[in-house]
Formats: sequence, structure tokens, C-alpha cells
Amino acid sequence: MTAKDFRPRVLVTKIGLDGHDRGSRIVAAACRDAGMEVVYTPPWQSIPAVVKLALEEDVDVIGISSLATDHLIVPKLMAALREAGLDRVRVVVGGIVPDNEQPQLFQSGVRQIFHPGTTLDEITTQISTYASEARLAAAETGV
Amino acid sequence: MNKSLSSSIEQDAVELTPYLAWEQEYRESIGEDRPVENVSGIPIKPLYGPQDWQRYGHDNPLSYPGQSDYTRGIYATMHRGRTWTQRQLIGLGTPADYNARLRSLMDDGATAVSLIPCNSVFRGYDMDTVDAELLGTCGVVLNNVDHMERSLEGVDVGKISCALNDPSPFTLLAFLLVAAERRGTDWRSITGTSNQSDYISHFVANHMFYRLSLPGARRVLLDHIAYCKQYVPRWNPMSVVGQHMQQAGATPAEAMAFTLSTAIQNAEDCIARGMQPDDFLPRFTFFFDISLNFFEEIAKFRAGRRIWSRITKERLGAKDPRSRRFKFHGQTSGVDLTRQQPLNNISRVTVQAMAGIFGGLQSLHTDAYDEALACPSEFGARIAVATQNILREESHLTDVIDPLGGSFYVEALTDQMEEKILSIMKIVDEAGGMYKAVESGLVQRMLGASAQRFQNRVDSGEQVVVGVNAYRVDEDASAHTIVERPDPASMQAHLDGFAAWKRERSAVEVEKALDHLTRTAEDPSGNLFGAIVDGARANLTHGEICERLRRDLGFGQPLTIV
Repeated sequence: MTAKDFRPRVLVTKIGLDGHDRGSRIVAAACRDAGMEVVYTPPWQSIPAVVKLALEEDVDVIGISSLATDHLIVPKLMAALREAGLDRVRVVVGGIVPDNEQPQLFQSGVRQIFHPGTTLDEITTQISTYASEARLAAAETGV
Repeated sequence: MNKSLSSSIEQDAVELTPYLAWEQEYRESIGEDRPVENVSGIPIKPLYGPQDWQRYGHDNPLSYPGQSDYTRGIYATMHRGRTWTQRQLIGLGTPADYNARLRSLMDDGATAVSLIPCNSVFRGYDMDTVDAELLGTCGVVLNNVDHMERSLEGVDVGKISCALNDPSPFTLLAFLLVAAERRGTDWRSITGTSNQSDYISHFVANHMFYRLSLPGARRVLLDHIAYCKQYVPRWNPMSVVGQHMQQAGATPAEAMAFTLSTAIQNAEDCIARGMQPDDFLPRFTFFFDISLNFFEEIAKFRAGRRIWSRITKERLGAKDPRSRRFKFHGQTSGVDLTRQQPLNNISRVTVQAMAGIFGGLQSLHTDAYDEALACPSEFGARIAVATQNILREESHLTDVIDPLGGSFYVEALTDQMEEKILSIMKIVDEAGGMYKAVESGLVQRMLGASAQRFQNRVDSGEQVVVGVNAYRVDEDASAHTIVERPDPASMQAHLDGFAAWKRERSAVEVEKALDHLTRTAEDPSGNLFGAIVDGARANLTHGEICERLRRDLGFGQPLTIV
């Protein structure tokens, strides 16, 4: 596969209870406009539902949008992904994450947290990079 | 010789008018004049004069405050008589935590109760069915009448107005009514608002509050309006919400238009049920976002007031002046706040609040500066209250009613916003009204496009955001406030208490109350909100009521369009 026809596959979703989805919709649209394959879901997905979707859709990156403390259950998602053998899938979080709660997300394996004020260009560029990483990891492990 | 003399005389003869002279000097001096457009898409000129205000020079270019068409305000006295209600949204942790925060805010000057429940409540679940990490982080965990009693301990709900963030099926109001009953408070003395009772805005833009299917939510709202009219006559059951839509991306003109179209939908639904317009319209209230677009927001509110006054009379047939008054609560826009240099948000909130005040609002919530960092801290909330106190009592903003009225710019902009709003309302009408327009996704598509446009303006730098795309500084992130979370031990005690309470209540009563809900749901002539109040009295929990109604009326999945 050449770099030219590499199309990152990204799942943009929200877990937990919060329904603020302006950000997730805008980011999903920006990823699509940047040429990615985007799987978008409405808010309130359960962690098992996200894992299942990631498997079925064979995504490279999962973007979790969290505006109202749902980031606190992202470590549970990370554990569930590992359990499902989806270690290669890169996870990024966008929205409101207080500074003192960032370490627990990074420790659980989250690659990056996009805070308010990040440009769409920055977000799509980073997601592309993580997607390439994920594909590379998949090629290496043969997953 | 003669010829050149005469031509120079001629030139003198076409002496420029002062206006043209200004215009000429302006063009020569400004260099390249960058076109300016407001967020709603109205071109903004560099200067406004009498020629821009179409009604200028008419005998009565503007109505007086308290007189139709209410452009200058819905009451004769406006803020000179009674300033706005200071209504800070609060909610956190357990009912005991909430009660302590509420009473401290009231000591600081808050004049009304506002109650925000936990996100689990918004989603229709009890605390024992969701991830414990998420409990009480953004609102109070309140699932039954006992919790409501504890939350409002020491607060006389017969004397102080309560705003409950209580989307359909209005369980919090049911809990409040039963709590009042237990205390011996007469329901007829209870005042306040079912904040955000507007299911349409939740379907479109605030999905967190969306629990029941569209037809189910419509039924519950109408039953709730009818019930309050009969038993809690000073309660405002209808709060039509523009705030969600503007936060989700609508321009100020779109937000006003969709809100007015929603109000028309709800009013026409009430009329179709046989209610008289003057019986319910005086209890309609509105809730709006106030963005940083200072003049645009002021014009939005003035235009909205004028349009509503006309619609209530001409389209809905209201005769009572109280039916035609556009009462609104304003909340400063959280979307405008930045995570970068967060103290700058205090300035932003001040400007937003001033736009709301000059726009003639009846109650105001000012955001805490730390909203873009986390759910507001107590420190942040205190500054937000102080900002209101300063605006109200130190700055002499309230000495004069509608102080910007008669400004050529503000009047011209009010007219243009009115025109813009009406043109958007026409699109909704042509789609069959607001219910149909959201069912088909028309409104969602318009919001999405506007949100995208705004983000592109910020990303391209066309819209400056200090600290984000301009004037950036290196910041020490550790200087950001540490987010407060509910104490895990007291949340655990709250969970344990709830479990014990559930074991002790009468299972027979619970079953009976659930059956009563189902039977009422099946009977279109029954009042479902009445059955919900009965359920609260029989110790049904919030989650149980929601679960039963989701089963009987259908679960709502919002229509999201990317």
C-alpha cells in the first residue's frame, strides 16, 4: 500500500452521560474533509459498544469527545480495548480535561488530549499521524 | 479665463453635504476598508445615521417600555424598578453538598434557587445504575423526594423562586411539589420555572436532556403545562430555549428564529388541545445564550421582543398584555470562554452580561471564568456573582431604561435582525413548523453549517480569540485551578442511603404507582404529569419514572447529522 492511497479510519464518539456534541460533530466533519474514513456515533455509547464498533470497522484511531467529566471513564475504555486485542488502536481525547486529571489518561494509554482552542488542522494532522502509526503496528504484529 | 472661473465656481456650488464630506474623508483615510459582517450575516457599516433608521422622524418611532411592541422592554419600569434576578446555576455532589453551596451563594447575593442535577439525572438514570466516577461531577445527585427535601433545607420554596433544570418528564418539579406538601407549603405560593422544558431544543441541540421519543416528550410537556395551570398557577412550566441551539452553533439570528418557531409550535399545540392562549402564554418564558457579539445580541433581544408581541396577538390570538411579554433568562456563552489565560474570561463574561442587561433580560446567569477548564469551582462561581453585583450596583447601568434605544446603529441593527429572524422563521413555517423541521433534520443541518463557519473563522484568524489565535503567552498550566470532585466517601454514603431507602419502601406501593403511570400513558385524556407527581408521592425514583415512560412512550434517540 502506498502512502497515497492510505486513508486513515477514525471513530469519533462519546462515552458516558454527556451529550454536548458540537465538538465531536465538527471534528468528524473535519476528518472527513481531510480525506479520512469516519465512523461517527451519537453520544452516550457504552464502552463495550465502542470496542465492538472499533473491531467491526477496523479503525486506526478512536477520538473520544468529553465536555462534562466523561473523561474519567476513558481508562476503563483503554482496558477494554486491550482486552479485545486492540492494542494497536490509538486513542485521543478532545474537550474539557482539567490539568490535574490528565496524567491518569496518559497513563492509561491515551495518546493526546486536544484542549479547547486547538485548530481543526492540528487535530486532523495528529489523527493522521496516529493512524499511520496504528497501521504500522498492525503490519508489524500481523494483527 | 471666464470659462475656467465659471467651472471653479461650479465646483464650489456642489459643496458636499456634511455626510458626503465625512464619507469622502473616511474613504480617503481608511485605506483598504475590510468588509465587516456580524455572525448572523448582516453587513455592518462604519457609521449609522438617520437615513439608516427607517422609522426615524416618524411620530412614534419607538414604543415606550411596557407598551406594545415592547421593543424597549416588557415593563414600564424595567431595571430602574426591579433589576434582574440573579440566578446562578449550581449543582454538585450530594444533596447536602448542594444545600451548603446554595446557602453560601444566597449569602453572597443570589436571589433565587437554581438547581442543576447530575448528568445521570439528565439522562434519566438513578445513581445506582451508572459509573460511579461520573456521579455528582456536574450537578447534584437527586433521585427522590427525600433528596429534594435535603437539597432545599432551610429554603422556603413558598417565598423564593426556584429554577429547576428539569427536562421532560419533570420529575424534579414532582419531587419539589411533594416536598412542599410534606412541609405544608401551599402549591399556589410556589414560583419558579421548569428550566429547559422545551424538548425540541434538546432533540436538536442538547442531547443530554433528551430522554423520550419526540411524540412522547410532546405529550408530557402539554400535560405538564395543563397541570401547572390548574394546581401550581404561579409556576412557569414552559421555558423555550434558544441557548442550546446557539451553543451548538446557531447564529444569534438563527437561535432567536428557532426559539420563536418553537414557542409557536408549543402554543399551537396547547391551542389544539383546547387551551385558551391567555391561559398559558403569560407563563411562557424564554432562555437565551448571550455571546460576545455585543450589539448583535442587544439587537437580537430587542427584535425578538418585538416579533413575539406581534405573533402572540396576530397569530395566536392573545388579548392579555401579559401573554405578549417576552420574558427571558440569559446565560453568558460558555463557547466564547477560553482555556488559555482563563482569567480573561472574567472580562468576556462582563461584556456578555452587559449585552444581556442592555437587551432587557429578566434574569441572568453569569458563567464562572473556569468553565472552559472544568465544571466551575466555588471560587469561580463567587466571582461570577460578584460580576453581577458590580454591574447592577456599582456601574449605573440600570439608571436608564433601554439606554441604547434611539442609537442609529442599534435601531438599524434591530430592524435588520428582525428581518433576518423573520426570514429564517419563514423557512421553518414552510417546512411545516418546528416539530416537522427538527424531525426532518432541517434545523440540525443549518446549525451544523453555522458551527463549521464559526470554527473556520476562528481557525483562519478572521475572528480573533485572545490567547487562542492571537496574543498567546506561555502559560504555566499548573496555575490552572485544580478541579473539585465530590468526596468519594460522602458519595458512597449517599449511594448506601439510597439503597437502604429503596429496601425500606413499600414494594406494593411502587408497583401500583408504576401501573398508574402506564395506565395514564395509555389514556390520551389522562394527565401524565399528574401521574408522575403521584409516583413521586408513592416513593418512585427518578430513574423508575423515566424507565417506565421510556418503555411506554418510546425512547428518544436524537437525530444527529454530521
